[in-house]
Amino acid sequence: MKSFTKVTGIAAPMDRANVDTDLIIPKQFLKSIKRSGFGPNLFDGLRYLDEGQPDQDNSKRPLNPDFPLNSPRYQGAQILLARKNFGCGSSREHAPWALDDYGFRCVIAPSFADIFYNNCFKNGLLPVVLTEDQVDQLFREMYKAEGYQLTVDLEQQSVTTPGGDTFHFEVDDFRKHCLLQGLDDIGLTLQDANAIEGYEAQRRKSAPWLFV
Amino acid sequence: MAGKTLYDKLWDAHLVKQRNDGSALLYIDRHILHEVTSPQAFEGLRLAGRKPWRVEANIATPDHNVPTTTVERQAGVAGIADPVSKIQVQTLDDNCDEFGIQEFKINDVRQGIVHVVGPETGACLPGMTIVCGDSHTATNGALGALAHGIGTSEVEHVLATQCLVTKKMKNMLVKVDGKLPVGVTPKDVVLAIIGKIGTAGGTGHAIEFAGEVFRDMSMEGRMTVCNMAIEAGARAGMVAVDEKTIEYVKGRTFAPTGELWDAAVTQWRELHSDSDAQFDTVVEMRGEDIQPQVSWGTSPEMVVPVNGSVPDPESESDPTRRESIKSALAYMDLKAGQAITDIPVDVVFIGSCTNSRIEDIREAAKVVKGRTRAESVKRAMVVPGSGAVKAQAEAEGLHKVFLDAGIEWREPGCSMCLAMNADKLEPGERCASTSNRNFEGRQGYGGRTHLVSPAMAAAAAVTGRFVDVRELV
Ligand code: SF4
Repeated sequence: MKSFTKVTGIAAPMDRANVDTDLIIPKQFLKSIKRSGFGPNLFDGLRYLDEGQPDQDNSKRPLNPDFPLNSPRYQGAQILLARKNFGCGSSREHAPWALDDYGFRCVIAPSFADIFYNNCFKNGLLPVVLTEDQVDQLFREMYKAEGYQLTVDLEQQSVTTPGGDTFHFEVDDFRKHCLLQGLDDIGLTLQDANAIEGYEAQRRKSAPWLFV
Repeated sequence: MAGKTLYDKLWDAHLVKQRNDGSALLYIDRHILHEVTSPQAFEGLRLAGRKPWRVEANIATPDHNVPTTTVERQAGVAGIADPVSKIQVQTLDDNCDEFGIQEFKINDVRQGIVHVVGPETGACLPGMTIVCGDSHTATNGALGALAHGIGTSEVEHVLATQCLVTKKMKNMLVKVDGKLPVGVTPKDVVLAIIGKIGTAGGTGHAIEFAGEVFRDMSMEGRMTVCNMAIEAGARAGMVAVDEKTIEYVKGRTFAPTGELWDAAVTQWRELHSDSDAQFDTVVEMRGEDIQPQVSWGTSPEMVVPVNGSVPDPESESDPTRRESIKSALAYMDLKAGQAITDIPVDVVFIGSCTNSRIEDIREAAKVVKGRTRAESVKRAMVVPGSGAVKAQAEAEGLHKVFLDAGIEWREPGCSMCLAMNADKLEPGERCASTSNRNFEGRQGYGGRTHLVSPAMAAAAAVTGRFVDVRELV
């Protein structure tokens, strides 16, 4: 997995609450059996004026001029600023894959849906929870200043604005450790193979119907 | 020391290792796979040269992409018209064959929507931990199990280790006492709960549904309620085991028998919260207060009783909420103050993992019987949740009730719940749907979804608009 230590990059807006995973990557793109290539269809329904289909040449499609990610000022953005309950709805991991494939490394919001939040860490994408007021401030500053950049430092657990404000965020130690190191979850768990086997042996005795 | 909640008990029984950073290894008894969220997980296993840890713990069935017309189903996978869908279903078959996982393939009578198939076959049992790469896995919580959705990386992780790396959630109790008015169904109950606590109300929690209303409810009704725990923000929903649970499980294909059955039942009877258990959050409602519900917006919390009206954004003080009401009304093409019963529908969909079990089909058939599809309704379809539900409904002659009324009777699958196959809304079409999500474009690009119960959807099919189903029965 890709590691995340510190990123300084342009912030782009997704200025609405309850952005669901269908909106992040619409279902027609879930038919892919691959893990990459979802970037061009990130926010497909908002980003283009037509209905997208898999395996289509996206460069020929009409862009929605009102959608911020289509505006030159947000090109190359690595940090997505979002509103509360971001990533709600279906558990599709295609949502963080699409954000990652597009080039985002971090999403900042006042709250995230549980499964999405969890899925981000498995894909080298950092979800950062700040307070509603802090997120408001970032939105305001971003709209005012073209090329607005934030620095997100996972080691320090901080977001720093160009004006020098630093906001602290929480992240649990295990997730932080894995993301800083880019560690593979499965390999880590398999270090506990003995514990799993021990549990199974005891469970086979106490609930044998689960093992027939 | 305070007693344990049902969730605490299930958690404790499956804890392999508590790590000192707060995360834990939780053992998974049952893992269910479908075609959409598994290909990348199998690919990951192959690339790392790993094998499933305990292959018998996994079962699979294709559901999201399978066509539901009998014609397209006849030739099995080879007959799937959409080439991309075909590859995905074929990939599931190939992966299951390669790794030795039991799969109910496309025309197997046991095939169906994962969350219908799990309980129905007895593959999911009380006291189990159950995961699937799909957020509606909580459905199985109705059995007194800990069940929730996981992402594809976790699918790979569970395949390889039989464990999930997770953190304990908080305990939430949703208690509904009293009696439901006649004509009010489990779907109305769960929509009313979501309307009250909001789509983030249960975030970070496992919800236990308790109280007289759930005790009185059938097992399938409890599944409908637990199914939508995720729409209330909670990964898991559950109901304590009682005699109904045990009756339901008895005799199912994968349920234990003989001495094992007796031993299992003894343990299952303990699967309830202790009387002195502590919950982090408690929500109480009265059954008498719940009316048939209709969602009006683009989030499941945007719901009102059928006799209510579309809300006015101007009377909302919170600016973010006001904006979301405005944009929902624009998307749904509704006006503030409009009566719900004045909203005409173009399409009716009865199906999905929320409402495609035999009781749902019976409820809908009861309303449709002796009536016909309203002329203004362009299409109406009933999509059973599994091959077994379909066979049962046909044995009862229910399919005839629908067909005689001009309503289509389909093959099992997710169908228009998420429109990954050919069953979808056209832009602007308005649908009365028994599914669980009314997000923009969920049932087709530009389509407008109103979430309702099977009885209410059937009533919309025969009248062409939303009506209080109690006026028809
Ligand atoms: S029926 Fe709908 S909600 Fe249920 S598993 Fe299928 S697509 Fe998901």
